[in-house]
Amino acid sequence: MSIYINKDTKVITQGITGKTGQFHTEKCQEYANGKNCFVAGVNPKKAGEAIFGIPIYGTVKEAAAQTGATVSVIYVPPAGAAAAIWEAVEADLDLAICITEGIPVRDMLEVRNRMKAKEAAGGKKTLLLGPNCPGLITPDEIKIGIMPGHIHRKGRIGVVSRSGTLTYEAVAQLTEIGLGQSSAVGIGGDPINGLKHIDVMQAFNDDPETDAVIMIGEIGGPDEAEAAQWCKTHMKKPVVGFIAGVTAPAGKRMGHAGALISGGADTADAKLAIMEECGFKVTRDPSEMGKLLKSLL
Amino acid sequence: MKIHEHQAKEILRKFGVVTPRGIPCFSVDEAVAAAEELGGSIWVVKAQIHAGGRGKGGGVKLARSRDEVRALASEILGMQLVTHQTSAEGQKVRRLLIEEGADIRKEYYVAALTDRATQKVAMMASSEGGMDIEEVAHNTPEKIIKVFVDPATGLTDAQARELAAGIGVPEASIPQAIDTLQRLYACYMETDASLAEINPLILEGNGNIKALDAKFNFDANALFRHPEIVAYRDLDEEDPAEIEASKFDLAYISLDGNIGCLVNGAGLAMATMDTIKLFGAEPANFLDVGGGATTEKVTEAFKIMLRNPAVKGILVNIFGGIMKCDTIANGVVTAAREVKLAVPLVVRMKGTNEDLGKKILAESGLPIISADTMAEAAQKIVAAVA
Repeated sequence: MSIYINKDTKVITQGITGKTGQFHTEKCQEYANGKNCFVAGVNPKKAGEAIFGIPIYGTVKEAAAQTGATVSVIYVPPAGAAAAIWEAVEADLDLAICITEGIPVRDMLEVRNRMKAKEAAGGKKTLLLGPNCPGLITPDEIKIGIMPGHIHRKGRIGVVSRSGTLTYEAVAQLTEIGLGQSSAVGIGGDPINGLKHIDVMQAFNDDPETDAVIMIGEIGGPDEAEAAQWCKTHMKKPVVGFIAGVTAPAGKRMGHAGALISGGADTADAKLAIMEECGFKVTRDPSEMGKLLKSLL
Repeated sequence: MKIHEHQAKEILRKFGVVTPRGIPCFSVDEAVAAAEELGGSIWVVKAQIHAGGRGKGGGVKLARSRDEVRALASEILGMQLVTHQTSAEGQKVRRLLIEEGADIRKEYYVAALTDRATQKVAMMASSEGGMDIEEVAHNTPEKIIKVFVDPATGLTDAQARELAAGIGVPEASIPQAIDTLQRLYACYMETDASLAEINPLILEGNGNIKALDAKFNFDANALFRHPEIVAYRDLDEEDPAEIEASKFDLAYISLDGNIGCLVNGAGLAMATMDTIKLFGAEPANFLDVGGGATTEKVTEAFKIMLRNPAVKGILVNIFGGIMKCDTIANGVVTAAREVKLAVPLVVRMKGTNEDLGKKILAESGLPIISADTMAEAAQKIVAAVA
């Protein structure tokens, strides 16, 4: 098993005809069962055409109805990305994965509140991963997103992180010492997003094929602390934690819109202390994440 | 993106929030003319820089005659204003705001910002206006009231009343305070701000509500749809290295250490900086070359890092995913030759085409130190600059 996706997942690609969408769709198709997983693309102006053998539909709803797809991945440029997320939600998909970087915060705020209002009114809940994230992968089964597939190896360790390359770093360390991954999830670096550390930790906790987790965070926001508090009472599996940004100055945005220290509780030191107190094995040396996890098994 | 106080007030006025009348000035003569144009018998001479704490630093003063306006304008214009938010050298004052005086009966604090936890806009208010709000939050958190706004409804009358009454606005002035808060919320949303703060919001002797000082920050991701905000950008207030980097789509931030770092990905870049510190040195910068680094981008990144005279060594840490290590290796070699690199360079590469990348570096004939892990790379560069 794995979390959220597996070799039987059927995926719609929104923004499949753009440069980024094309490039990564091809890579995703080449990975493991990708040929069978990526079943539809969406572009209202190119409905009826096909790309890499994948049929293009005018809307997400139509693509889902025609192919039975339940997940979408979004490469739509920033100005239209929140609308693309909403289209996936309106089509009642299970999961929308938004890769797009640079979406205005207000657009995300509005679409997240509409999603919550829909759920509150009894509508179907669509999970959102991202935006500004690398996506997620279940090694040897399916990869949805922009991560390099070849560094992964099938196994029983979960990885969750806000940062793309730092996720790859943790995965590569695990693979190098012979530990494969059940799933690796990039939740993205934006301040307003969908799935948070806590949601992914819950999923890993419930997954019988995950034995331990590496949770990687960054400065800014309350998410890592909330996840750690939840883990303190519920998590049955060992967790290794790392927070990037000990050296980051307050008030400066470190690349991601989300990586910005605003109060006192969202510094790397404060988060590391909370994680440690909640039973995580934390490290200040990001080169040690893999080895530290191995020592806990 | 930050803007000046006089620009913030211009935006507030567009949204119907009342502010004192004022005129931005770039010279002493302009300041005196502004005082004349405003009339009255009392003026405030305010330094305009992108940092808070201007009053305490001596950048905001009261003038009771035009001669005093002239004297104060000459004193403040051109000074290096040091506040708790500037560097130790301070920020040079290049413009002033000359404003009419106000009859302050009471000072409040109000602000709008996006709250991550609730995924709503938080409207905050406090009876402790004119103070550093972080101090208030730390010492007397009960004096800050918050409401969370659903974007579908906006700030409701009831919510705005809760804030106004909660901070002690007298009953007669509450309708005006409600109006001001709702306009501030509208302004926050429509301009794609990430912070809109009025501190202090004042109650005047006659019961009127006015924004005496204002500070805005804007979401960089939304500037593409706000040319009117971009027009407010003041490059004099920004770090020249950061401006240069942004031209090449590089995320760069100057820091105080002596080891330059070039990394792909914001999280990995912070982790690399942290590792340098872990092994006893300090990073000179944050630099994320992003996902699509070309030889040109890497070369520019080297030039920007090396313009900082404090840099005694460079650490390159690349995780090759979509971006291949051999591409980066070629970029590093070209850049090192072009800038005639004279400081030690440690390169750590991992991921796609790692072996090919290492081979290119080894065969370049350049004195590049190679490392396998982030820790090893940090130890090697720290040793090399010691």
